[in-house]
This record gives sequence, structure tokens and C-alpha cells, in this order.
Amino acid sequence: MEGQNVEELLAKAERDEAEKLQRITVHKELELEFDLGNLLASDRNPPTGLRRAGPSPEAELQALARDNTQLLINQLWQLPTERVEEALVARLPEPTTRLPREKPVPRPRPLTRWQQFARLKGIRPKKKTNLVWDEVSGQWRRRWGYQRARDDTKEWLIEVPGGADPLEDQFAKRIQAKKERVAKNELNRLRNLARAHKMQLPSTGGMHPTGHQSKEELGRAMQVAKVSTASVGRFQERLPKEKAPRGSGKKRKFQPLFGDFAAEKKSQLELLRVMNSKKPQLDVTRATNKQMREEDQEEAAKRRKMSQKGKRKGGRQGAGGQRKGGPPSQGGKRKGGLGGKVNSGPPRLGGKRKGGQHQGGKRRK
Amino acid sequence: MRPLTEEETRVMFEKIAKYIGENLQLLVDRPDGTYCFRLHNDRVYYVSEKILKLAANISGDKLVSLGTCFGKFTKTHKFRLHITALDYLAPYAKYKVWIKPGAEQSFLYGNHVLKSGLGRITENTCQYQGVVVYSMADVPLKPEESFSYEEKTNLASIPLTAYRSSSQTF
Repeated sequence: MEGQNVEELLAKAERDEAEKLQRITVHKELELEFDLGNLLASDRNPPTGLRRAGPSPEAELQALARDNTQLLINQLWQLPTERVEEALVARLPEPTTRLPREKPVPRPRPLTRWQQFARLKGIRPKKKTNLVWDEVSGQWRRRWGYQRARDDTKEWLIEVPGGADPLEDQFAKRIQAKKERVAKNELNRLRNLARAHKMQLPSTGGMHPTGHQSKEELGRAMQVAKVSTASVGRFQERLPKEKAPRGSGKKRKFQPLFGDFAAEKKSQLELLRVMNSKKPQLDVTRATNKQMREEDQEEAAKRRKMSQKGKRKGGRQGAGGQRKGGPPSQGGKRKGGLGGKVNSGPPRLGGKRKGGQHQGGKRRK
Repeated sequence: MRPLTEEETRVMFEKIAKYIGENLQLLVDRPDGTYCFRLHNDRVYYVSEKILKLAANISGDKLVSLGTCFGKFTKTHKFRLHITALDYLAPYAKYKVWIKPGAEQSFLYGNHVLKSGLGRITENTCQYQGVVVYSMADVPLKPEESFSYEEKTNLASIPLTAYRSSSQTF
């Protein structure tokens, strides 16, 4: 009994093996063509089995697919393997099939301004070496680019040229010139790009007159034109009813949110002190001015009455004139005679006024 | 949210100083902590440094309020004091007016206070002085502008004491 079981088991095992082998091996009349780089297997066998199948060839199709896949995987198992981070990986060969283009061929770009000029003049690019021998550093350096051979901004000694201002910074001048060249180059590059893509540069977008521009574009162009003068638009008049453009002032800068709290406190206390100290002074000034105005009005009224009666008021008028020229600086502005009179005046003025404080008050005002 | 500029600080201090005078420096310089004024959406907030640091983590459009709102700057950059500032102004008020219980309700609903409704008033209150109005129970009601005490005795017809400004805030 057991022996029989064992025999049976062995036979079964043998049968299983044969079946597996059968499954793995596939018989094809024509060998498949493999492009393992693209994981591609091409079957050139004529599909007679499919034709015979009739209207629903699912089973046949599935069998065909299984067979071909099996063959492809058999091929993959034969590739050299290597270990990458605890995984066994097969290294695929280079793909042999050439795949078609995904996108259409790019259109030829329009020539840049230099290329047009070179073509016109017949200038051909001269072949130059990339590396040049640099005496100063004693090594081969690039002709242009990073750490180039003759970089005039990196010189440590510059002789001041004959006609130049001795206080001018020649090093800064060279660095500035380089920055300007770089900026100009960048601008030209962007302009070439804009021409290639038939777009406008955003800085000059809408500035070229087309005849079909919107009100906002025209307004913007007008503002730019107004500012594009030597005085940056300071002396450009506006039309009678034109309003100032909005948002054309400087952007305000504020203190940071968490500035120095102690400094903030100090400045606020200082402000408070100034505010508190100013209050009484202003009151005195206001009071004295009020008083003086009242006195002036009285004087004016009296003068009018007197002038109606007669002309006896030369002295009075002189005094009135003097009072108006009270502060010496203002007296100086008027005719010289009055200035002299002011100096002789004070005792009389003092009598009329209520002390020197008021004069001081007016001066402060 | 940003600190106030010089100009804005001056305008605000002038307004507050009408009610508390030189005691304002006690608000600016406090012994029990660093408090500061910050402007957010045209409103001035009086906030301690600790709360300010927390509030800085909230984005501006989501931040509604912080600390105590003292008032706001109008579109023409005038400063309007709000009732929420009362807690800080009342203890430092220089001139106070106490009103009788009968007049209190009328005052709170927006009417002027007549002389008959006046309980007590600090002396030497000048005309148009900023005062803090209290109820008889020493509860601060509102800061207001007042007629003077001396002027009152001269007025024959309508003796108004606390003149209520026409708008809701003052």
C-alpha cells in the first residue's frame, strides 16, 4: 500500500514536472524577434489558429498572448542579473527599435539681430580656442566665462587715465560698466526671444501705437511718456481737468512689527513730553496776538477819526508804523529809516505794551 | 498689522490727552509689562507684547482683533476714540463728572445731560474739556466733552453740562 502511494506520488510529481516544462516551452514555427531594451517581442507567425477560430476567438487570443509572453519572459530570465538594494535586477540591453517622434519637428526660429547682420555682411564665425594662456596666473584659463583669463574687474592695480577725475573710483567704474554690459546683453536676448515667439516684452507691452489700444493702455503709455523726460516728469504740465494718477507715489515704509520695544517707548515718551511742554507757550502767544490785534483795531479806528478831523497825526502814524515793524528782522526789510526808529523806540513801545514778553511771543509766532 | 507712524501717534495722543492729560505716559510706560499700540485695518489696538507675539502668527485677513481696541483712524486720518478704551482711560481721568441716577439712563441713550442731572464735577473743569462721565456708583459711563462749570452759571436758558457728540463714537 505505502509503496503504491509512494509510486503514485512520484509519478504524479513527474507528470507535474512535465506539465510545467510543457508550459514553459512554447513551440513556434518562426522564432520571435526580441527587443529586450523596449521589452518588445514581435511574432511573425501567420495567425492561422485565429482565422480558424471563427466569430469569438477569445480563447485562442488568450493562448497566443500567454505563449508569446512566456517566450519574452524566458528571454528576460537569460539576461545578466545584479543585486540592487536587496533586489535581484536584470540589466536590459539598449533598445534596438527606433520609436517615432512624439511632437512635430520644431519650426526654424527667426534669426537674431546679430545673425541677420552677420549674414548680410558675410561674417563667418572664426574658430577660436576655448582656453587661453594667462600669464598672470600662469595657467590655462577660459577665453570668457567663470575665471576668465583677462578679467578687467579683477585687477588689483588700475592706473588713473590722463584725462580722468582723480577722485573717481576706477574699480567701481569698471564694475558698473560690466553690469551695464550684462544688462544690455540680457535685454537683447529677451528681445530676440520676443521676436522669435512674436510676443511683446512686458516692459514695453502696449507702448507701440497700433491704433487699437484700450483706454488703460493709452493711459499707461501717456504716464510713461510723461515721466520719460530729463527731469523725470517734474515740469510736465497737466491738462486743465486732468487728475493726478493714482498709486504713483513712493511706497511707504513702516517700522517692523516687533521692533525694539524700548526704543518705541522712548520715542513715544519723548513725543508726549514735547506735546505737554508746548501747551502753555502756545496759549501765551495766542493771547498776546489777540491783544495786539484788538489794539491795532482800536488804533485804526482812532486814526480814521483823527484823519477826518485834521492832519495832526504824523507822530501817531509813525508810532503805528513802528509797531507794525516790531521785530528787528522785519524792520530791516522795510525802509531803512524805520529800522533806526525801532531802535530808539523801545522805551515808548514798552510803555504802550505790557512788557517784552509779548514781543517775544509775536516773534515766536 | 503695523506700528503707528509718528504722525498717527501724535494725532492719537492728542486725542487721548484731552481726557487723561499727562497720565498718558502711564499707559505708554507701564511697570507691569510692555504694552504697545498697533494698527490693524485702521483700528488702533493696545496690546501687551506677549499677546502681540501670538497675534503675529495669524494672517492679517483672518485677524479680527487683538488686545483692546482704543479707536480707529477715519478715512481722513482723524482719530476716533471707542468705548472699549474706557477701561484704560477712566482710572487716569483728570476731570470727572458724576450724574444722578435719573439722568444716567437718558445719557446712555444718547441725550445731553442737563444741569439738574449733574451730581458732582471736579473743579476747574474748563469749557469743552474732555471729561469722563461716571454714575453715582462710580461706574465710568463714557468720556465726553463738557461745558465749563463757570459758564454754566452764566447760562440762563438751557443749562447743558455734558454735551453729547452727535455720532455714536466720540
